[in-house]
Order: sequence, then C-alpha cells, then structure tokens
Amino acid sequence: MIKAGVRETTATDAAAPAPGRRAPRRPGRAGRELGRWAWGLAGILVIALIWESYKLLGPADGVVLGELRVLPRTTDLAMPHIWDMGTRLAEPVTRADDALPLWSVVALAALTTLGIAAAGWLVGVVVGIGLALVMQRWRLAEWGLLPWIVISQTVPLIAFAPVVKSWGSRVEIGSFEWQDWMSVALIASYLAFFPIAIGALKGLQSPDRIHEELMQTYAAGYWSTLVKLRFPASVPYLLPALRLGAANAVIGAVVAEVSTGLQGGIGRILIQFAGQASGDPAKAWAPIFGAIVLGLVAAGSIALLGVILKNYRRTEEAA
Amino acid sequence: MSEPQGFRPAQPAAVPTPAAATAVEVRGVDKRFETRSGQVQALDAIDLTVAAGEFVSLIGPSGCGKSTLMRLIADLDDPSSGTLTVFGKSTRQARLDQEYGIAFQSAGLLPWRTVAANVALPLELHGVASGARANRVAELLDMVGLADFADRYPDQLSGGMQQRVAIARSLAEQPRLLLMDEPFGALDEMTREKMQSDLVRISAETGAAVVFVTHSIPEAVFLSDRVVVMSPRPGRIREIVPMRLGADAKRAARTDELREERAFFDMVTAVREALHGGAPVGTGPRGVETR
Repeated sequence: MIKAGVRETTATDAAAPAPGRRAPRRPGRAGRELGRWAWGLAGILVIALIWESYKLLGPADGVVLGELRVLPRTTDLAMPHIWDMGTRLAEPVTRADDALPLWSVVALAALTTLGIAAAGWLVGVVVGIGLALVMQRWRLAEWGLLPWIVISQTVPLIAFAPVVKSWGSRVEIGSFEWQDWMSVALIASYLAFFPIAIGALKGLQSPDRIHEELMQTYAAGYWSTLVKLRFPASVPYLLPALRLGAANAVIGAVVAEVSTGLQGGIGRILIQFAGQASGDPAKAWAPIFGAIVLGLVAAGSIALLGVILKNYRRTEEAA
Repeated sequence: MSEPQGFRPAQPAAVPTPAAATAVEVRGVDKRFETRSGQVQALDAIDLTVAAGEFVSLIGPSGCGKSTLMRLIADLDDPSSGTLTVFGKSTRQARLDQEYGIAFQSAGLLPWRTVAANVALPLELHGVASGARANRVAELLDMVGLADFADRYPDQLSGGMQQRVAIARSLAEQPRLLLMDEPFGALDEMTREKMQSDLVRISAETGAAVVFVTHSIPEAVFLSDRVVVMSPRPGRIREIVPMRLGADAKRAARTDELREERAFFDMVTAVREALHGGAPVGTGPRGVETR
C-alpha cells in the first residue's frame, strides 16, 4: 500500500540542447503524476474487491489444508465488510453520551504517535548522519563500526523495549525527568538511524574523484569540502534513507507503545480495540487504517523535503 | 627559493618580469606507481621549464605519462624523485596559494549548482565578497560567451558549453598558470576548433602560462608556443618542438586561417615525426590522433 520506493528517473540527453535554447520540457509531467495517483487508487480498489469477493464466495470456515487454515474464515467477525469498517469510523467510540467519533479518537492517537515517531526520527537522523560522518572520515571507523551497526538491527525490538523503559525510569538529571514517551521515541530512533547511517555514508562517499580533486586544487579543507561537496552530493542517497528511516520510526513507535504499554498512542488503541473485536469487529480495523495513514504521512513529508531539495537531485536526471 | 638559471626562453616575446619569469620548473622527476603486476615507471628523468605566459602542450600516446606530469605540477600526486616548482614555490605551496587554475577532460561541474554558482565556487571557497564575486562571475561568463546561461544547470548545457563553464571556473582567480588535461578530448571536431580559438584568445587576454595535455597533433600545433613530445614506457620527453607559426605572431593573431597555412602543416609534420621518432610510421606509437 505504501508505494514509496517507486520513482521514475528520466534521462535527458546531456549533449542535446543547441546553444541558446532551453532544454525541452518533459511533456505531461502533471499528467503522469495524476496517472500515478490513479494507479495507486486502483490498487486499493483491487484489494477491497478481493476482500469482498472472497468474503462473498469463500467458505464460512475458511480454507483448511490438513491441520492448517491457509485462508481465514469469512464470517463478519473475522472479515467485516469494508463498508462496515467505513461507517464504524463515523460512529462514537463507546455508547457513552459524550463519546467522540471513532475516527477522531484514532486521529488523535495517530497524531500522538506521529509526534513521538518524529522525535525518534530526528534523533535517528542526528545519530545516523553523525555515524556516517565518522565512518566517511576514517576508513578504520567504517571497518570497526559498520558490522556493529548491522548487528544492532538483528536485536528484536520487543526484547529490549521493556529494558529501555526501566532504564529510563531511573534517569533523573536535575529537574529533567525521563518520560515514558521518551523510551518509545528512543526505540523508534533505534530503528530509524540504521538506514540513515547507511544511506548517508554512501552519499558522503559518492562525490566523483574529479570533484574531490577539484576541491583539493582549491586547497579546500575538510569542512568546506563537506559543506560544498559531500552534503549536496549525498542528497540523492539521503532522501530514500530518510524516508526509510521515517517508516521505521513509525513502526518502531507503534511497536514500542505496545510493548511498553504507553497510553495515548495508536499502538495502545490497536491492542485495546483488538480486545473488543469479538463484540465490535469493525472497530479493530480503525487503528490499523490510522497506522497506514500515519506511515503515508511520514513518507509523504520526506517526499515534500525532496521537492524542496530538488536541485540537489539533478544527478538523478542527467549526468 | 633561488631563481632557477638557464631556462629556455622559447619566445623572444616572453613576459619581461624577471622575478616570475618561470612558471613551471621540472628537474629530474621520476614517478613510479606500485601496481599488482609490479612497478610501473610512469615518468623517467623529466626536465621541463615553462616560462611565464608561455603555452606548452604535452603530447604523446596513451601511457606516456603526460597526464601524470600535469598531476604532479598540480600537486595531486607526489613525484618519486626530483623536484618541481611553480613560480619558484613548491607545488604544494603553489596549490595552497592558488597559483594555478585547472580544467580536466570532463567538465566536472557540480550538478546542483547553476552555471554562475559553479564559476563562483572557487571564489566562494576563498572568501571573496559576494558583490565582487558576482561581478567577476559575470565578467568570466562574458569571456566564454555564456552570459545568457548564468542561471542554467549543467544538465541543460551541451558538452562544449559545460567545458566552457569549466574553463571560466579555472580562470576565476586570475591564475598565472593554467593546467588543462585534454579539456577538449570529449568534444566533436567543430566544437573543438571553436574552443581552441576561444582558448587562444582567452590565454592572450589573461597572459597566463598554459600547460596543455592533448593527444591531437593539430590541436597542439595550433595552440602552443612549444610542443613537448613524450614517449611511453617509461614516460620520457622525446623532443621539444618549438612552434614558429607566422614569425613572432602574437597568440591573439592566431585565427582559423592559420589552420590552412603551409607553416601549420609543416609544424604538424614536425611533431608527427618527433612522435614517431624516426621509426617507420606503421609501427609507431599508437593511440595518437593525427587528424
């Protein structure tokens, strides 16, 4: 559903335009953009169609091969109608008189999680780029650090979420007190920093030899080379890394909310509503949709960043 | 630094400033590279002097070390033995003092910077104030005929235009020495001739010494005061051929008509013979364009 990784690059002939003439504009840019949205929507429709037709045609007890159920039951309990999920969003959460509509509760929870994920993402960006800078500067650091960075991602998230929480609860520096949401953000950053570190390292190492030597002939030092050459050159590598990092931060935040039992976020209501699914099956799907929208928003904000930095991505379009 | 004695004044019209009469001084330079298959002698006992304001081409087949020699002058590599000085300084000091401008075979523009910002890069790095920078950039783009393209990005330019931007960039800080490593190698013949004429004009306007690496004989003949003919394995200077085109013609007078004069063809022949070194032409060094 998140079609984030797909990007078309158009190669323009570098030697094409005659002097005095602007390079021809690629035709139908807006049209193609619209087409991509249409295809994305069509994909969602297809999934909805498959869902409903299986629910209509499939056996009530699902498809069972030997002992294994390979396809789920088609009862309203296991697979509510899509329109039921939709209408349930507009209804109040509980039967209490002052209950908010379900969608607004989900949206609020999603916003809370988004905030935590964003904090975690920022920490991940700082740590990831910091590590990449160290590894780019010293080859020895790359050899020493990179394996550990890779290994760090093999530690199961659920395993250390409670540990982080209990460590956090002991942190108290002056008036600063560790909050529970900080543990969640920290775990989110743990997932986010990995792709950013790898992508930033690749980006910082990406400048051509000719550009590095040019900076050398200008007697440019490490910092000016970094600012004028390495950072701009790393943008095409950094953007996909930041997007991956954002998606990871969201997943990390949701999982960490579940495993540390943090209130207020989408992870919490995911569990809470799933518990109510036997009585209200459509309700359990609301936080799932919320989480999907959350991921799209996170990836979308990076796409926005890409638009702002579009001049730094020109290498993608022409040599 | 003591002023080196006995350099060859190839041109009677050499710039009469004795303090900096020598742009590049190369004495007994060897360069060996360690490779997996053993040592490669890239340069062997190179002696060369380039006077201030002089245009010297290095020509020879692939692997003769002409680019290596230029890289040594630019302090992008260190010689294995021997000494190099640029305006009486060590090459390292000359690099730090920005004594030379450099242009490579590919333009090497930063794709995220506009034409103007690319030309401004060296000025920016060396802290030239933005007002002075803008003036200088406008002046340079005018010189290479790209004033209308200041706001374009490199990917919107043809190869020849990109190369002109690179030349403008190399001239940004008014260097007294210009190092060029086959800057027109990737261009088509017509663009190339146009660029050569431009370069003759520009180098006359700026009065900079030029060390120009090429493997085209007519290009070397058209541009140079002297042509240094090199031979490969190990890289050696085989002969230095002085160009005497149109008596003591000033560079500015080198128009395209020159390409059709008899003296031009005589010089091409002289360089070709030096390249082949008396050996039968069929078995001569390969990889040299004689067009």
